[in-house]
Amino acid sequence: MSLLSVRSLSVRFPVLRSWWRARALFVHAVDDVSFELAAGETVGLVGESGCGKTTLGRAVVRLIEPTAGAIEFGGIDLASLRPGQLRPVRRRLQMIFQDPYGSLNPCLTVEQIIGEALDIHGLARTREALRARVGFLLDHVGLAPADARRYPREFSGGQRQRIGIARALAAEPQLIVCDEPVSALDVSVQAQIVNLLHDLQREHGLAYLFIAHDLALIEHLSRRILVMYLGRVVEAGDTKMICRTPAHPYTQALISAVPRLDPVANRRRIVLTGEVPSPITPPSGCGFHPRCPIAEPRCGREVPALREIASGRWAACHLAWGGNRMATTGGVV
Amino acid sequence: MLEIENLRIEFETGAQPVPVLDGVSLDIGSGETVCLVGESGSGKTVTALAIARLLPCPPARYAGGRILVNRRDALRMSARELRTIRGRVVSYVFQDPAVALNPVLRAGAQVLETLALHRPEAAHTDEVISLLRWVGIPAPELRIRDYPHQLSGGMQQRLMLAMALASHPRLLVADEPTTALDVTVQAQILELLRALRRQLNMSILLITHNLGLVGEIADRVVVLYAGQIIEEAPARELLSHPRHPYTRALMKSVPELGRDVPRLEAIPGSVPRLGDWPAGCRFHPRCPVARPGCSREAPALASVAPHQRVRCPFWDHAP
Repeated sequence: MSLLSVRSLSVRFPVLRSWWRARALFVHAVDDVSFELAAGETVGLVGESGCGKTTLGRAVVRLIEPTAGAIEFGGIDLASLRPGQLRPVRRRLQMIFQDPYGSLNPCLTVEQIIGEALDIHGLARTREALRARVGFLLDHVGLAPADARRYPREFSGGQRQRIGIARALAAEPQLIVCDEPVSALDVSVQAQIVNLLHDLQREHGLAYLFIAHDLALIEHLSRRILVMYLGRVVEAGDTKMICRTPAHPYTQALISAVPRLDPVANRRRIVLTGEVPSPITPPSGCGFHPRCPIAEPRCGREVPALREIASGRWAACHLAWGGNRMATTGGVV
Repeated sequence: MLEIENLRIEFETGAQPVPVLDGVSLDIGSGETVCLVGESGSGKTVTALAIARLLPCPPARYAGGRILVNRRDALRMSARELRTIRGRVVSYVFQDPAVALNPVLRAGAQVLETLALHRPEAAHTDEVISLLRWVGIPAPELRIRDYPHQLSGGMQQRLMLAMALASHPRLLVADEPTTALDVTVQAQILELLRALRRQLNMSILLITHNLGLVGEIADRVVVLYAGQIIEEAPARELLSHPRHPYTRALMKSVPELGRDVPRLEAIPGSVPRLGDWPAGCRFHPRCPVARPGCSREAPALASVAPHQRVRCPFWDHAP
């Protein structure tokens, strides 16, 4: 039984609705995405800027209204709920944001920031109870309970991200959507936050939808990943297998582009030509075909479906096979 | 090509000047690529801007040292002399091309402006087009009519590179040139830099917080922490045998593809803030191998092998 089940989710934003154009244009930010997430599990969502990963993460929490599709969380379809009905469900569904500077209200003390979540969900009846709970949460994320009276500006980036995590934990969620939670932090501080998220998951049985552009980080944290390109999932499955033998040509290029510390790692680099096309006018057929090193004529005509190419591995590519064939045609590592 | 000797820079903002760079010495040979690695507040960008004296004074103040560009001290140059090295001998590429480009000038006009200033004999559209083609901008005849906002991040960075290279500089200073870009585009830009370096025999000072880039492009690496150089070594040597505890800790704390570790080895604490540097060794409060003496005595940057310097007396006491 999965905790979260997303089916055929699409998010479109209207753009360029000008008077001489009869038809509005749309950005297809998320296009027909389906996946499942079990309780206590981490699913990694990886892709480059503009691929729709943040939009997908926000649509799951319904910070952005999905255009089509269903989001089932604990057996309830979130997409059909009215705002008032959404609140009790949101308690179990929290979010950690990328920017530790922009996501905390600078006029509120840490106690007010974390206490707000407790207030809204009626989790602290008295002022003393609230104070005790905030102190406990701060201690839990590695800050001092005395920090409750201070303001966000008095903290470093890493400490602020801890406050953001404490705020998400306050409502005792089952699932936290983490949108690039460490990419704005100093390199030497990132591991602290990653380890904290790891510990909290073990302690509370939290599930994470972990959004990042850093493949190595995703590989470290999640057992399963979704690779997105131009609003669609192009490859999904077991993290280790995908990182070792990626099946989709885009995943292959992505993995080969990651800079490595190991100078002797002798690998074939695949340098893609061109850039991610506009999601307003996506290419026909497979969205990746204009940049794909192995594209065939039919890739420009037919949209490849996400199909199971081997047990537990999905790829949206006409040419992808399970087993080792792809590893020899475009192998990496 | 470039020699920086014992450079000290302060910011005069409050009652007391705040030191930002504390005795940084580094040199770059002709055709060499040096990576300057550090986190926020380590002084890497200040070092880069200091080379052509681009720091606004005040608040910045050059408190000591020398910056020899072609054996001439930039700190003693007149404004007129400085103009002859800025852009012509030393060119810059910055992290955020969207901010560095002029939003109301067409792409071609921006490159033309650089040409008119530094190579007036080549200041015509054909040269602009060939420059844009050289840095890998497709259909340059059409692109020169575009405004910066019509170009993607990767294309904007290529345009920046075309402007920086228009004058055929001897040294390219690239400050986090790929940080704002996606990994596949980052790979394209690195590939381009490698190719240009071969063609021009140009020196490159690449500034980054990402140790991963070191193995991709650098000949030599200089690691900065809290305004000081804490380690300097040939790139391969640094990646295979990092000596300073900070470099070691940093390399262990980042996850790497294909390396299966149950838990990352985090570095405790956070980067010290400017002017709030700890006494003694500046890394000692976060150092896994710190000893009682580390908080009192500031270690010197000592040679441990040819071309290799480390600011830690216990570098060979590996944990």
